[in-house]
Amino acid sequence: MTAALETTSTQTSTGAPISINAVSKKYGDNTVLESVDLDIRAGEFLTLLGASGSGKSTLLNIIAGFTRPTAGTVKVDGRDITSLPPHKRGFGMVFQHYALFPHMSVADNVAFPLKRQKVAKAEIQQRVAETLELVELGHLGGRRPSELSGGQQQRVALARAIVFRPRVLLMDEPLGALDKLLREQLQLEIRRLHQEMGITFVFVTHDQDEALTMSDRIALLRNGRIVQLGTPEQLYAEPNCRYSAEFVGASNIFTGTVQGRSFIDDVSGQSYRLGEAADQSGRSLLVRPEHLNIAPADVPVPDTVEQVEAIVEDCIYLGSSRTVQLRTDAGQRLVARTNVPRTPDGVVSGARVHAYWDVRDACVLD
Amino acid sequence: MTKILTRAGLAILAALIGVYLILPVLIVVPMSFSDSSFLSFPPGQMSLRWFHNILDDPIWIDSALASLKVALASSICAVVLGVLAALALVRGHIPFRNTITAILLAPLIVPYVIIGLAAYIAFLQLGLTQTTLGFVLVHTCLAVPYVVINVVAGLVSVDRRLEMAAMSLGAGPVTTFFKVTLPLILPSVLAGGLFAFFISWDEVVTAIFLSGPDLTTLPVQMWSGIRVQIDPTVAALSTLVLLVIFGSFIVLGLTRLIRQLARRRVTGPATNTGA
Ligand SMILES: Nc1ncnc2c1ncn2[C@@H]1O[C@H](COP(=O)(O)OP(=O)(O)OP(=O)(O)O)[C@@H](O)[C@H]1O
Ligand SMILES: [Mg+2]
Repeated sequence: MTAALETTSTQTSTGAPISINAVSKKYGDNTVLESVDLDIRAGEFLTLLGASGSGKSTLLNIIAGFTRPTAGTVKVDGRDITSLPPHKRGFGMVFQHYALFPHMSVADNVAFPLKRQKVAKAEIQQRVAETLELVELGHLGGRRPSELSGGQQQRVALARAIVFRPRVLLMDEPLGALDKLLREQLQLEIRRLHQEMGITFVFVTHDQDEALTMSDRIALLRNGRIVQLGTPEQLYAEPNCRYSAEFVGASNIFTGTVQGRSFIDDVSGQSYRLGEAADQSGRSLLVRPEHLNIAPADVPVPDTVEQVEAIVEDCIYLGSSRTVQLRTDAGQRLVARTNVPRTPDGVVSGARVHAYWDVRDACVLD
Repeated sequence: MTKILTRAGLAILAALIGVYLILPVLIVVPMSFSDSSFLSFPPGQMSLRWFHNILDDPIWIDSALASLKVALASSICAVVLGVLAALALVRGHIPFRNTITAILLAPLIVPYVIIGLAAYIAFLQLGLTQTTLGFVLVHTCLAVPYVVINVVAGLVSVDRRLEMAAMSLGAGPVTTFFKVTLPLILPSVLAGGLFAFFISWDEVVTAIFLSGPDLTTLPVQMWSGIRVQIDPTVAALSTLVLLVIFGSFIVLGLTRLIRQLARRRVTGPATNTGA
């Protein structure tokens, strides 16, 4: 995977690699970032994902130059830029609330960075027109930002941030203020832009679906530390800790202890076999909803699986799939997701069922 | 129904307060057109002789010019200093912010007599009494708080992220200020400047200390005029001063209106003019 990514990015990339070394940020006694190390590859789409207050914006602002780290360095192309002011970094930036200049027309907003670079007038006009075309706003150059919808404003902000061909584009929850449909549309557009431009994108979001959809790699932040860094597949399929498993995607997690090749559930006392030898210090067993199968109580389940008895609490139809909410006899809530044609008969609210999983599909976490 | 009544009541109250505020000022207007040799109300015969009187006596013109010079210079100084101070207070990371604010706003609280006396004593030694520079220094000090208050209010309402965006787009701090911040706070800056101008233009107390045969501002001239002779020249002057003040407000309002109309024409009738 990484090999493939690297070859594609070196082919088209004009993006810059960013290297963050042992960056910490304290506000008084409050440690907001704690010795963060992160190597962002040239031309990749990296997402900083995390709950509110985890330090995503702080890290992005340190990359942008708006915030000075308390310790550590930021390097671009191997050059230390830790104390370089933002206007000399040449990174594009897009903010959640657009931050368009209200006293300028859309075209003037987009022309702003080019004027700072003293680009010739004719070229400014041409590049502004091209870039507005790229974000499908070619006809709105004469308007004021206040006369545009939220989605249009964010497109202008995007155009303004890329018109001067930065090697890095930073985005702080750029879609946070938009409704779902628009958000999904712009997600695709931003991805398309990333592929066309080949520059490094650093994208901040607290929305895991957005992170999974858009990113080449995701850095999951928690309380100012990166808890996991990896591709969306890695984060979803191989979470390295319980927090990561819970944050990315839906999950069923049993709490208990590992004993040899079994996992003993604290709540029910039940013992589940493990597919492979696990760390003896593990305290959680993760089963993703799509790996949790359901069979009516009177149907026997195969030998290679582990199972718990449960009652169906609710059955939610989602078009292509169905989500079944269960409660085990020990009182734990579980979620199973099945494709609609696979949902067995007899799985209705209130029914007693087996919930089972292949031992290879469960993984032990901290 | 009761709503309409309270609305009507409020309107009447507002009108009464307006009359209360303006009437004493307007009383000098008819008095200035009086033919009588004394300040009297109501005026008897009408005449323009007191206006002629002003034009004939260079003392009025000179002091008016002196006032204008002082007011312009001190309002420009106050705007520059006040805007810088407001920027530091709102955007800067400065220690003792509250103390500094208190010191900046002190001229609002300290009695003008004390400021005037202090300035007089200090300036006597420096040879600054009866000089334009001396007046400008004192009036700037009096006017800065008005600029600071206005501009701080304006700055607080400007989203910091606009400035961050400008910087990320390659604008240094100075360019960011002139291209982004200043246009957005311009109304507050102008309001502060207007305040500053009129603080200086009609300031008597400290001006009395600083005035003398070499340099006297219009309000001081009027003050001494009224003590020497009670003829309606002073009323006529007041009328002219009022004319200048109202005139400048009307011009300001008109330019704003014209700009709005022009914007509406550019962007078409669909423009949302709210906010
Ligand atoms: N200027 C500041 N002074 C003091 N504390 C701050 C400052 N800026 C941020 N913090 C603190 O740093 C922590 C992280 O803030 P940050 O804005 O980076 O979070 P975030 O991950 O972007 O959250 P959100 O998703 O809500 O935007 C928060 O607890 C916040 O209170
Ligand atoms: Mg944030």
